[in-house]
Amino acid sequence: MSDVIAPLSDKDRIFTNVYGFQDWGVDAAIKRGDWDNTKKLLEIGQDEIIERIKASGLRGRGGAGFPTGMKWSFMPKESRDGRPSFLVINADESEPGSCKDREIIRHDPHKLIEGALVAGFAMRARAAYIYIRGEFIYEAKVLFAAVEQAYEKGFLGKNACGSGYDFDVFVHRGAGAYICGEETAQIESLEGKKGQPRLKPPFPAGAGLYGCPTTVNNVESIAVAPTILRRGSAWFSSFGRENNKGTKLFQISGHVNKPCVVEESMGISFKELIDRHCGGIRGGWDNLLAVIPGGSSVPLVPAKEIMDAPMDFDGLRALGSGLGTAAVIVMDKSTDIVRAISRLSYFYKHESCGQCTPCREGTGWMWRVMERLRTGDADQSEIDMLFQVTKQVEGHTICALGDAAAWPIQGLIRHFRPEIERRINENKGNAPVMEAAE
Amino acid sequence: MADAVHIPDEAETRARWGAFAWTAENAEQAKKVIARYPAGRQQSAVMPLLDLAQRQVGAETRTQGWLPVPVMEYIADQLEMPYMRVYEVATFYTMYNLAPVGRYHVQVCGTTPCMLRGSDDVFSACKNKGLVKGGTTPDGLFTLTEVECLGACANAPMVQINDDNFEDLTYDSMSAILDDLAAGKQPKIGPQIERQTSAPEGGPTTLREMVSENHDYRGQWNVGAEA
Repeated sequence: MSDVIAPLSDKDRIFTNVYGFQDWGVDAAIKRGDWDNTKKLLEIGQDEIIERIKASGLRGRGGAGFPTGMKWSFMPKESRDGRPSFLVINADESEPGSCKDREIIRHDPHKLIEGALVAGFAMRARAAYIYIRGEFIYEAKVLFAAVEQAYEKGFLGKNACGSGYDFDVFVHRGAGAYICGEETAQIESLEGKKGQPRLKPPFPAGAGLYGCPTTVNNVESIAVAPTILRRGSAWFSSFGRENNKGTKLFQISGHVNKPCVVEESMGISFKELIDRHCGGIRGGWDNLLAVIPGGSSVPLVPAKEIMDAPMDFDGLRALGSGLGTAAVIVMDKSTDIVRAISRLSYFYKHESCGQCTPCREGTGWMWRVMERLRTGDADQSEIDMLFQVTKQVEGHTICALGDAAAWPIQGLIRHFRPEIERRINENKGNAPVMEAAE
Repeated sequence: MADAVHIPDEAETRARWGAFAWTAENAEQAKKVIARYPAGRQQSAVMPLLDLAQRQVGAETRTQGWLPVPVMEYIADQLEMPYMRVYEVATFYTMYNLAPVGRYHVQVCGTTPCMLRGSDDVFSACKNKGLVKGGTTPDGLFTLTEVECLGACANAPMVQINDDNFEDLTYDSMSAILDDLAAGKQPKIGPQIERQTSAPEGGPTTLREMVSENHDYRGQWNVGAEA
């Protein structure tokens, strides 16, 4: 195994229309290679498709990184009681920093719809529901229209693609709730309820949507499946490091010269990713302060540690952080780092569904203390108290939102404690503390 | 709950909206929506129908629209679900307006990725034009809300105004957008700088063939591939 990751070449990029220079419509998509004899892909057979996805090393692109093929294999092979199975595609992209599913949906929607058929067929689902976040209004319009096109071409519906398999794809719009990105909350929301996560077990593969076996997958995980089957598991697994295979849409925001979304090989080093596609760090590499490498839920990593780190699941876990959705939030030395994290605490307070007490009360509590630390209007002992409270929230809630609210704060205290202490000391000495602009 | 809105359910609300019914077009659309879900699972249609109703109220009031209580009751009747279940949904999700808003609902993202790229300046531009967070301007034109991450972080900072996104904003471009809207003009949607969607500013670093033609990369798939 080599740690040197070769740059990805254009011919190996899956999402060729990611920037929308060309039409998203079905005819243009067919010219780019989508819906190319999909019947033949289905003829590979249900179990063999799952085996090939397993062999490709694809890990879920929604943040947790669970092996996609294995997830599909949990679905029942036959229905003993007449219940149908469902595929739910998670397009409720709301993790601060993440903006990749949006590009897939508005510019390459047929990759997703073809993937829905292939994945749904493999797991013996009757239909797929694509749950798209409500704020993606234009994207949802494109998706509705693209699904309609696929029906008109005979790619979906009865005898989809001439395969003899009946499969429907429906689009369901959310209405503004981060928590609906959690799979069981998403199922609740699809059933027309508040999006409050369910206790597991039962897991969705046993009893999910309408009490039927259900698999929930991220948009990117589903959209890459047809290309993997066309080009082979070995092709996909030739990118990236062991256990971290394939290509990935990276979304770089914050203090780089040119923020962008770009598909790269997993495991590309942070420095190369930024230099190659984003025109470097604003003010040069010496100006880099810290990076949140995987969306707001993962702890930040200080500049010197992230520089040469491989951008993949294991590489970032080794730094005490994570790849998440590969939403890279870059912060230079002009950043008020305490405010940046405090704003995330506010986000989690806003988005807590209110079901579990540690999260409902804890997120508000943590935000209020973070605001005190931001201005320095606190006691030194409150830093440890806050850290302890994050530990009491973490792991004590039904879903991972409590953990996600705790980790950014833990990362801040771990790496920037002197900065917090400086503010408290300055405040005590009545030295001026920079107030954030309103 | 301290920042929860006051939900109007007074006599005048009932007088104005008590006779709410779908327009012919929306009645068709509602039927289509309900058909997406299995028989007996019509409750699943509550979210799309609330959205549809809010849009109809919006069209009637020349605003983004909102959900008066009698409208929610109408949907509860149609879906044969208790009113309280509809109300729960309407209050849980942020996109349902529980009180009237202005013609343009200016939703500025203030979450960290936008904050890092200058959402403070976007708020300043709003403030300078007389917009107040959580309020509607006296002329009924603008309602300003600070919202959480809208998923356009590579194009931060951004604002969503009714159905349109405006991205890569500065103080000046945000001011110009508000001026245009106030003057009844349609500002350019999307990035406000020279940039194709989420490609790097100045042109893409990858997939350059796609800029000018709908390139098919399949011909190169096996070129130089390892055996």
